[in-house]
Amino acid sequence: MEVTNGANIAKELGLREEEYERILTILGRVPTPTEIAMFSVEWSEHCGYPHSRKWLELLPREGEFSPLLGEDAGGIVYDGLAIVFKMESHNHPSQIEPKQGAATGIGGIIRDILGSGARPIACLDSLHFGPLEDQRSLYVYRGVVEGIAFYGNCVGVPTVAGELYFYPAFRGNCLVNVMCLGIAPRENLTQAKAQGEGNYIVYVGNKTGRDGIGGCSILASQEFGVKEEKRPSVQIGDPFAEKCLIEATLEALNTGYVVGVKDMGAAGLTCSTSEMAASGESGVEINLDLVPLREEEMEPWEIMMSESQERMLLCVRRGYEEDIIQIFRKWGLEGEIIGEVKDTGRVTIKYQGEVVADIPALELTKPPVYTPPREKPLYLDEVNNFSLESIPLPSDYEEILWRMVSSENLSSRRPVFEQYDHMVGINTVLLPGLGTVVLRVKGKKWGIAVTTDCNPLYCYLSPREGAKMAVAEAARNLSACGAKPAGVTDCLNFGNPEKPDRYWQFVEAIEGLSEACRFFGIPVVSGNVSFYNENPQGTIFPTPTIGMVGIIEDVEKVVSAGFREDDLIVVLLGETKEELGGSEYLRVIHHREEGPPPQVDLQREKNLQELLITLVREGVVSSAIDLSEGGLILALVESSVIKENPRGAIVDLECLGDMREDVLLFGESGGRALVSLRGESLSSLHRLSGELGVPYQVIGKTGGEKLIIKKGEKLLVSLPVEELKNCWERGLGE
Amino acid sequence: MKFGIVVFPGSNCDYDCYHVLSQVLGVETVFIWYGDRNLKDCDCIVLPGGFSYGDYLRAGAIARFSPVMEKVKEFAENGGLVIGICNGFQVLTEAGILPGALLPNRDGRFICRHVYLRVENNQTPFTLLFTPGEVVKIPIAHQQGNFFIDPLCQEEAKKQVVFRYCSSEGEVGSRYNPNGSWENAAGIISREGNVLGMMPHPERAAEAILGSADGRRVFLSVIKWWEEKKWK
Repeated sequence: MEVTNGANIAKELGLREEEYERILTILGRVPTPTEIAMFSVEWSEHCGYPHSRKWLELLPREGEFSPLLGEDAGGIVYDGLAIVFKMESHNHPSQIEPKQGAATGIGGIIRDILGSGARPIACLDSLHFGPLEDQRSLYVYRGVVEGIAFYGNCVGVPTVAGELYFYPAFRGNCLVNVMCLGIAPRENLTQAKAQGEGNYIVYVGNKTGRDGIGGCSILASQEFGVKEEKRPSVQIGDPFAEKCLIEATLEALNTGYVVGVKDMGAAGLTCSTSEMAASGESGVEINLDLVPLREEEMEPWEIMMSESQERMLLCVRRGYEEDIIQIFRKWGLEGEIIGEVKDTGRVTIKYQGEVVADIPALELTKPPVYTPPREKPLYLDEVNNFSLESIPLPSDYEEILWRMVSSENLSSRRPVFEQYDHMVGINTVLLPGLGTVVLRVKGKKWGIAVTTDCNPLYCYLSPREGAKMAVAEAARNLSACGAKPAGVTDCLNFGNPEKPDRYWQFVEAIEGLSEACRFFGIPVVSGNVSFYNENPQGTIFPTPTIGMVGIIEDVEKVVSAGFREDDLIVVLLGETKEELGGSEYLRVIHHREEGPPPQVDLQREKNLQELLITLVREGVVSSAIDLSEGGLILALVESSVIKENPRGAIVDLECLGDMREDVLLFGESGGRALVSLRGESLSSLHRLSGELGVPYQVIGKTGGEKLIIKKGEKLLVSLPVEELKNCWERGLGE
Repeated sequence: MKFGIVVFPGSNCDYDCYHVLSQVLGVETVFIWYGDRNLKDCDCIVLPGGFSYGDYLRAGAIARFSPVMEKVKEFAENGGLVIGICNGFQVLTEAGILPGALLPNRDGRFICRHVYLRVENNQTPFTLLFTPGEVVKIPIAHQQGNFFIDPLCQEEAKKQVVFRYCSSEGEVGSRYNPNGSWENAAGIISREGNVLGMMPHPERAAEAILGSADGRRVFLSVIKWWEEKKWK
């Protein structure tokens, strides 16, 4: 093993000096270039979580539904079925090369789910960009949507839901958080382990090329500099190969000959070999000469670091390797034995007859833990000073409503989700539209509801409250269609953790997240941390995106938003507080990103969740929608226009108390929902809301071609719903 | 009667069709691998939706060269029933089994949504359970569904249009045309009447819980037609 200047190579690959020292101690000698490369990716922020691991331990892992905690993806078990899900970021690749960045994000998360042995059945995307008036942001947004459509549609997994928000803070660093959900009989789940001396390590999928080298260490674990060319670190997606890989892998797992399987995603062969060896408490010996290569003369360290897509690594029982390989070849994919399991506890890599790396697997998969100093950011006091008196009371609410309804963040997301095949698989019972979708499970009475949530502005104004609100809002979303929240995956997007103010935001948010999940009894089963989301212009809004999965007992009973008939009673559940901080109204109309954001009352949220689930189960309500961005008025508009044929309503806010009209209309207090029901169901609502301690107010009645909102004698809004629908649906362009 | 669903690499509606045929309608259904030259004695062949070969060259352009397509062509020429849905329709036009071509959508983008179709012809094995002029709701999901036909063949082809995109009231007009198709055509039948190609996905509208059960009647029509033929 010849080594020239290991310390320099280590530095170039992003390793710290003290990390290099530790490598010297572990190995008892100077590392080879391949070994340095392997440590650099395994210990990178993206793979090893050195800055976050300690804090992730705060998150609750137990809940009402039995959790499943795996290496790559976790989930819950319900009725004998494992529901596996995970969310992951692909921010930096998408900022640089939007289409391929987003596409390969989808590919990666699908393989994470596949690696657990589950069939992927749905994808969601939580997307954040700079404002569309900015040319670069428009380009990134369009490219990302195109990439999701390009990859997701072809791969045959429906893209069913997500979020899409635009704030100036994401101008130089977009967020592309992708979530995938899969199902499998509990007993079919597989682990990412290599076990059993003599069993084979089989490489399957696409060939290995030079794309994506250093994707996780260089691209994802550093902030953007002023002038750099990182495009070569972005991988290229091949959704057709991925589709075949899904089918072939599931077919292979079905044989019972596969001991373990792992996706080759971030850090490619390095990560899959070392983590499979470590979790199997074994070792592996790999011969790089056997790895199918796309390009000639690749260096061993390049092969080990490549992040070429659509590859998986299997551990196969000796004697059955041909059966497995034939399955992959049948699907037109590579399938090669590249090594075998050894009980050395080491990852040994050979190349052209020489050992180029030989590292104890456990050490390689135990990155250092860092908890650098943290400090409350200076901006917080300044932006949380907002007082209601500084906002003039509007004179024309209709004009404001037009602007709100057509705004980038509040208008319909139809132009985007219609570009995604959200129906393939024929499970999508509640179609996309307002964030939550419901999937049936063929042959079962129950169904799965899933959503993603986070309001980055709230989190900017108060990372702790914002994170709590993200959990509360996701749970409210699910409950509004009748589903009980069952499990959470998170994708925590922050700036550079080595800067004390950014790190403070991260710790605050994770504590808030943990508190809310614990209070609601929802386990966090999987997740991902994305740091270094900043460029020289500044950092992003802290964004702890929540992916939440719920169970609805009877999928036939699912309730959606949207007034279904005339003469229904319109009821507001929960309590409206005198809050406007962090609202879209303040941002869009008054150009102020100021707080404090709405305060979260976890007990009230929990009461509301239970009430909503009960109302749906007992068939009391005809429609339900939770209140969030845009407040009551947006919930009313959406309920009026979401159905194919819009339907008006007459609403009087007088009963909500003596508050400013703009607070009543646009305030974003949590713990609220809007439902419609028939007159004869009102007594049931009265009884249940009393039992569960949720105040309610009857505020109006459905019917007519206009949405009319009054406060006592004063008419605030009277607009044709057909026009509101057009305006809402065209906000994002055609 | 027995249905056979062809599985190309990249087909992704194969399981959906299988679910509807075998689970919802309870009819015998098998998969047919694209590399096989054996149609397993099926009475109706379904070419399902998806992205055969990733649609990498042009939708359906590579799939038509697969071994199974030789047999499908033979089967169709001998009067066998064939339904091509979405990508399957694209494969049928590429293979010359149905006329015309499916160009990229008018605005270039993929579109997934429920649309309304007017049934133009119920004198076919695939539509006999519909009434003429009936409006049905079935979703589309495609990027290349803009049906085009050589102007010289248009007169003849007009008679081959089985479904047209329309409003919920049955009005046919360009504003109800999602992809720019000639004549708002959503489905075309062969001159002999035994091969149907359609861009909308009837298997996605075969159960009320999914928002429409109208598509079920496409498959039920085939089953009924087959049963009646058997007794004749």
